[in-house]
Amino acid sequence: MIAPNKQINDQLSQKYWQGFHTDIDTDSLPPGLNEDVIRAISQKKNEPKFMLDFRLKAYTHWLTMSEPDWAKLKIEPINFQDISYYSAPKSNKDGPKSLDEVDPELLRTYERLGIPLHEQKMLSGVAMDAVFDSVSVATTFKEKLAEAGVIFCPFREAVEKHPELIEQYLATVVPYRDNFYAALNSAVFSDGSFVYIPPNVRCPMELSTYFRINAANTGQFERTLIIADKGSHVSYLEGCTAPMRDENQLHAAVVELVALEGAEIKYSTVQNWYPGDENGKGGIYNFVTKRAMAKAHATVSWTQIETGSAITWKYPSVVLQGDHSSGSFYSVTITNNHQQADTGTKMTHIGKHTSSRIIAKGISAGQSQNTYRGLVKVAPTASHAINHTQCDSLLIGDRCSAHTFPQVNTQNALTKVEHEACTSKISADMQFYCQSRGLDSEAAVSMIVNGFCKQVLQQLPMEFAVEAQALLEISLEGSVG
Amino acid sequence: MLKIQSLNASVGDKSIIKSLNLSIQPGEVHAIMGPNGSGKSTLSNVITGHPDYQVTAGHIHYQGEDILEMTPDVRATKGLFMSFQYPVGLPGVTTISFLQAVMNAQRKQRQEPLVEATDLIASARVACEQVGLPAQFLHRALNKGFSGGEKKRAELLQMRLLEPKLAILDETDSGLDIDALKMVGTVVNEMRDNARSFVIVTHYPRILEYIKPDYVHVMRDGNIIKTGDAALANQLEKSGYAWLDDTTKD
Repeated sequence: MIAPNKQINDQLSQKYWQGFHTDIDTDSLPPGLNEDVIRAISQKKNEPKFMLDFRLKAYTHWLTMSEPDWAKLKIEPINFQDISYYSAPKSNKDGPKSLDEVDPELLRTYERLGIPLHEQKMLSGVAMDAVFDSVSVATTFKEKLAEAGVIFCPFREAVEKHPELIEQYLATVVPYRDNFYAALNSAVFSDGSFVYIPPNVRCPMELSTYFRINAANTGQFERTLIIADKGSHVSYLEGCTAPMRDENQLHAAVVELVALEGAEIKYSTVQNWYPGDENGKGGIYNFVTKRAMAKAHATVSWTQIETGSAITWKYPSVVLQGDHSSGSFYSVTITNNHQQADTGTKMTHIGKHTSSRIIAKGISAGQSQNTYRGLVKVAPTASHAINHTQCDSLLIGDRCSAHTFPQVNTQNALTKVEHEACTSKISADMQFYCQSRGLDSEAAVSMIVNGFCKQVLQQLPMEFAVEAQALLEISLEGSVG
Repeated sequence: MLKIQSLNASVGDKSIIKSLNLSIQPGEVHAIMGPNGSGKSTLSNVITGHPDYQVTAGHIHYQGEDILEMTPDVRATKGLFMSFQYPVGLPGVTTISFLQAVMNAQRKQRQEPLVEATDLIASARVACEQVGLPAQFLHRALNKGFSGGEKKRAELLQMRLLEPKLAILDETDSGLDIDALKMVGTVVNEMRDNARSFVIVTHYPRILEYIKPDYVHVMRDGNIIKTGDAALANQLEKSGYAWLDDTTKD
């Protein structure tokens, strides 16, 4: 049971309350993409040669690729030369050494977003990395994590201080050739978060990164790499917001998770990029590649609450390479107005006795398009693999649509694959029942939707469950007549 | 408390309630009886505000206010309650969280202090005992996988906690065994006072052995064709609805 608090009520009274812009001096590259831009990004970050080589290889390959068009999405053409590939708050060109060096205007921005970075106000038990446009501005609880041997820092800093880990693992799960946007990200990525958990360590707190796009005409290309060494355990959460702007902005991230033997990674996302207005103007293009590699006896779970972005294209996946590894995907995707989402997962079973579980809940309102696309692939080696998939769609109103494209590809006879799917509409009787007890029509729908999503919401870390629930309500605002 | 004047109501093109009049004073218990299809449930739903039913003529005043333009939630906040004949299941919504949400929604509208979670759990446990529902049901999804009888008990649980001013029990007795019927009687009698009114909609006079009504109305073809006291129910028990054909012809 969750008691509504003041903050949530405040949130509920506004539509996209994170849609403000912070006036801050930035150090940006002019729009455009070529080898010089990539060299400039690499130079700004004082990167070692292997990083520059990686970026250039990715860029060269990207030039040979074209944008994917197989998803059920209508995308206005993107001019990649109109985007600025680097923007950083000016004051911390070299990265702040401590919170005292962080521009107070930035701290205020995060406070307005409900994410205080001042030590005394921080959420207890949650270490936070804040990424503003292209760079990480603050990471909290660093010392406490260091005691446990945990590394949690901006990607830029990891390249500098732990180049051997980066060189060993970067692009091992998502190669730069993987797809158009992954190649682009590999060429131009600016910052992101890096996590390393040593063997047999249980990370003492939740790790969290908060991404914020602020500057106009800027793309955000962050890269997250999480390595859970043998027998370790970590829970990680990312949140995202952006100002309201009339033009579309591109966000093309890559997230790689490496779960070594017996490790467990729990990765949760609350994605609330600006979705555009009621008429479909503006909003973020959220084209993200997320994949995990699970070695023997490792466990990876992806939980995502997708409420924002004009267009979402992402398929957090797990490669179940080791025997007895397991992967899960819990997803709630809400689309309203003119939003489009094509999202799902890919579970690749390679090891024996591997198991995967998929629970995807899609909620469509307004004139939105909501697609689940999933692939369960069982390799000839994966004897005794098990998959269970459940996809449910809920429609609100009669102008939206939901689509499900589940694909199963089994090359081993000793497997068990189950699939359930259902599409329902919020019935008038359900709504009347709730209303006859005193809930207004929006509260009634939100209660039904929350119930519908419960299996997924309960996978979220406690600290964020309340936020996620409030988000669902905001996202559906105005969807009921 | 409730005044219905020349009410006409329909579902789609089908006219169901025809020129119905009914007046209920605070503290009164009215039983509405009648065969299947006589319009009893339609009347309950129209009073509660179900959007599928259209009022084509007439008025309903509740506590002096015209409620026909009010949404169901506003009516509920003003103290109207209906125990559903067929309560719907709410997947993923636990009974206790539903209770908390609806009680606080009503209290907020009435500008009353909100109920604390710990107080609610304590009073919900007591109420569960009164309606004969094991307390574990509070943590199950409301009406999801509940038997017919358990659903009715869950309706009464909500009535106990919401403490409405006018409660309509729409065929709450149908499908209940004798012990459950007694429980319904006990709950209603305990809540009965000189300010709270009840409308008991039923096919069978049996429930009225446990709840003594002040008035008994008999409905047929969308109208009340006879009104009497508890004795009318006994007469119906003895002679069936066919007996009315003779008496109303006069």
